[in-house]
Amino acid sequence: MAEEKIGVYICHCGTNIAGTVDVEEVTRWAAEQPNVAIAREYKYMCSDPGQDLIKQDIKENGITRAVVAACSPTMHEPTFRKAAGDGGLNPYLLQMANIREHCSWVTIDHDAATEKAKRILGAQIHRLPLNVPLQPIEVPVNPNVMVVGGGIAGIEAALKLAATGKKVYLVERDPSIGGHMAMFDKTFPTLDCAACILTPKMSAAGKEPNIEMLAYSEVTQVDGYVGNFKVKVKKKARFIDTDKCTGCALCTEACVVRKVPSEFDMGLSKRAAAYIPFPQAVPLRATIDPTRCLTLTGKKCKQPCVAACGPEAIDFEQKDEELELEVGAIIMATGFQLWDPTPETRYSYGKLDNVISSLEFERISNASGPTGGHIVCKNGEAPKSVAILHCVGSRDDNHQEFCSRVCCMYSLKFAHLIKEHLPETEVYECYIDMRTYGKGYEEFYKRLMNESVHFIRGRAAEVSAVALSPEEQGELVVKVEDTLLGITRRLPVDMVILSSGLAPRADAKATSQIFGFGCSSNGFFLERHPKLEPVSTVTDGIFIAGCCQYPKDIPDTVAQAGAAAAGALALVDNATVKVEPTISYIDPEKCSGCHICVGLCPHAAIQYNAEKDAAEVIEAACKGCGVCVAACGSGVPQQRGYLDEQIFAEIEGALVV
Amino acid sequence: MKYLYFPGCSAEATGKAYDISTRAMMEKLGVELVELDDWNCCGATSYFSVRELDSFAIAARNLAIAQEMGDDEVCVICNACYTTLAKTNRYMAEDPRIFEAVNGALGAVGRSYDGKVKVRHIVDILVNDIGLEAVTERVSRRLTGLRVAPYYGCQFSRPMGSFDDVQLPTTMDRLFEAMGADVITDFDAKTDCCGGMMMLTREDAALRLCHELLTAARQYKADVLVAACPLCEMNLEGYQPRVNKTYGTDFNIPVMYFTQLAGLALGADPKQLAMEKQVVSCDPVLAAIPA
Repeated sequence: MAEEKIGVYICHCGTNIAGTVDVEEVTRWAAEQPNVAIAREYKYMCSDPGQDLIKQDIKENGITRAVVAACSPTMHEPTFRKAAGDGGLNPYLLQMANIREHCSWVTIDHDAATEKAKRILGAQIHRLPLNVPLQPIEVPVNPNVMVVGGGIAGIEAALKLAATGKKVYLVERDPSIGGHMAMFDKTFPTLDCAACILTPKMSAAGKEPNIEMLAYSEVTQVDGYVGNFKVKVKKKARFIDTDKCTGCALCTEACVVRKVPSEFDMGLSKRAAAYIPFPQAVPLRATIDPTRCLTLTGKKCKQPCVAACGPEAIDFEQKDEELELEVGAIIMATGFQLWDPTPETRYSYGKLDNVISSLEFERISNASGPTGGHIVCKNGEAPKSVAILHCVGSRDDNHQEFCSRVCCMYSLKFAHLIKEHLPETEVYECYIDMRTYGKGYEEFYKRLMNESVHFIRGRAAEVSAVALSPEEQGELVVKVEDTLLGITRRLPVDMVILSSGLAPRADAKATSQIFGFGCSSNGFFLERHPKLEPVSTVTDGIFIAGCCQYPKDIPDTVAQAGAAAAGALALVDNATVKVEPTISYIDPEKCSGCHICVGLCPHAAIQYNAEKDAAEVIEAACKGCGVCVAACGSGVPQQRGYLDEQIFAEIEGALVV
Repeated sequence: MKYLYFPGCSAEATGKAYDISTRAMMEKLGVELVELDDWNCCGATSYFSVRELDSFAIAARNLAIAQEMGDDEVCVICNACYTTLAKTNRYMAEDPRIFEAVNGALGAVGRSYDGKVKVRHIVDILVNDIGLEAVTERVSRRLTGLRVAPYYGCQFSRPMGSFDDVQLPTTMDRLFEAMGADVITDFDAKTDCCGGMMMLTREDAALRLCHELLTAARQYKADVLVAACPLCEMNLEGYQPRVNKTYGTDFNIPVMYFTQLAGLALGADPKQLAMEKQVVSCDPVLAAIPA
């Protein structure tokens, strides 16, 4: 082994490391280790002067390898490798020793922490002579972007990207874009009409030449890698020629199947089998529901829709289409689903009339909804009293542990709308705590307190129809402990609104697997870093925005959509992208061609070359996960930067101290 | 089939009919019950609140005896006994300090307990071991047309819910449906509290809870309430006159141990089931079902 000159740089990280680890002692010790030419300590290595220490030592003192003992490499490895590169050293000749997360933060005893820091550092000093210079791989970037999900997050991200001149494919599962926001009546706290602020954006997305709208479509397969994704999209048959259809809705009027529960109205109204989900739908095209249409289910029908359709757009022979699209980046904006309150049996949802979910109330209070915006009970009469129960399914170990963040505010909005429509109606809000954290939110809460709404601090125990007194006869009775008064109360009301939490979509996990990133323990899509990379995923080139990441309100969703668009643009606006070279390679001379690694590779980055009878790594697709390295019986695949001898040297270094 | 049987102290006094009808019902099912030797009070819920560790020790003594008798499970009929014994098992398993302390106490009387005796509620045994099919086969007097409100009480499935849903238990519903009864499956007061021991310390509070429960039973047009706990049964049945006096109501709703009604369906004689011990007459129930 050639003589190397290693520079060691030990960071205090303020008191984060130096408060527990005796940095002076570790520096003294490091200076005596084999191959170490220089050992330095510094208060903040990541600062400019800290980085300059490395650059200077390379230039002036002939350092040939460097190790920075500081925080996790996921935090600052890129910073220091860049500094090494600027100093004229190959960046991959610098290693990080994590003595913060792996040592000072998790060790109480100072002597033990100092000893542990030496071992962590020793491992890297020992392996450094074996490091070899590596060069990043440069691959071309496809400039197009795909946005998956056409709610407010997806629409916003698509519009932003389209404005920069990029081509955007906007994929939406439902027949129309708009998402949940299109179902809302008003938006808190400003009470803008949701449709008034959303529909202009929807129609702008529909008219934008840079946006190719793929409504009623789903992504079925994603291959490729950053800058070069190949996406298969299933365009479901609408049984309508969308080029001919004018959205006149005459087919829906003619259709004889009229009793299909409307998804858009939460089942509170009926639609026909040939339908347009709502009047402002984009694209404004009809869809024929293949599960309900008589012709498509093989029953007899005179097909009045065909007769009614002037432009002859109806096509019962239409088939699903499969598109293969190439994009450089993908933005996931697949949203949420309302937590179904049925399992919370004590609230009697689905059992007692007039116990309704929050989304049902959104439709009932909406002027374009099933009741024309009249807030009424099932019997058509206006409720004289309404209870709004917070945290249904939320903040509950039995259901969803987390707070859904928007329910307090939408519950306040409901109270306001009820008071606006029906000033004489009594409204009760049963809450655990009131979480009104956003801009203008606390003010809105205060306003509601002056609108004669009853605020009862206590999670409702039960909704029952059992009457204990004449005034409870025929009413829903909410049992709740008023924890401010220290009494239990029985509230006889005409209507109960369950403020359900936001849940991950039922197929969120399956979706995340198609795209190759993960979900958090709560089921929402996992961001790369909760604070510093909230819209990135572990898969380079795939971004997330909106409620698919975690429950959030419309302002946060729109902000995140913009951030995801910027992230995607920062990628696809370049001609090429550099990919980490720490990937695996297979020596065709040693490979026996057994195929084991081919099937195991989670990124489809290994293919079998029949001519050489050997597996080979597709460099641009390999993510450097190491599965093939671990799996091969003969130890043929090796991962650059993590060679066997390098790992063994690390282990030795950690043990010999 | 044979089970070790822990009757619990109520079954020797106010809840005597529960013990008698349990034995009669099990005999009809061909199941042998072997009473635990020299068993003691489980401590019930109240003792836990004042002296937790002592409570674990006296509950564990019963389980130690079961272990000595060479069985790995014990059948319990009272909800409070069930919860207390099962809770002791759980805490001993989860906390080695409790395991040590309990065994230290047991050691003083020459016993030890390894924590492995399973505590089984009799409803669990009926539905999951014997099975509804086998039970149905032995039904000789179907409960056709009888509107039964199964009342589980608060400790039947809570907090652990080991054999039934915590919030909405259904095992008794299924048992009586199998016996042909018109079961009120949506009886939403089925897990509400009857007041328990509060009847002795804060009668007003317990009476209020009983009043709610009886009102619910009437609103659901129940012919009979069935209970799986001696305290629930006593509060709901024995205190009906007191509820009526306090609230100006006229409740006269039969309340039976579920073993009495199941025993009837299985062909036991009302006398074998100690039905004459009931405070509210069960005659309307007997009249409602074909002999």
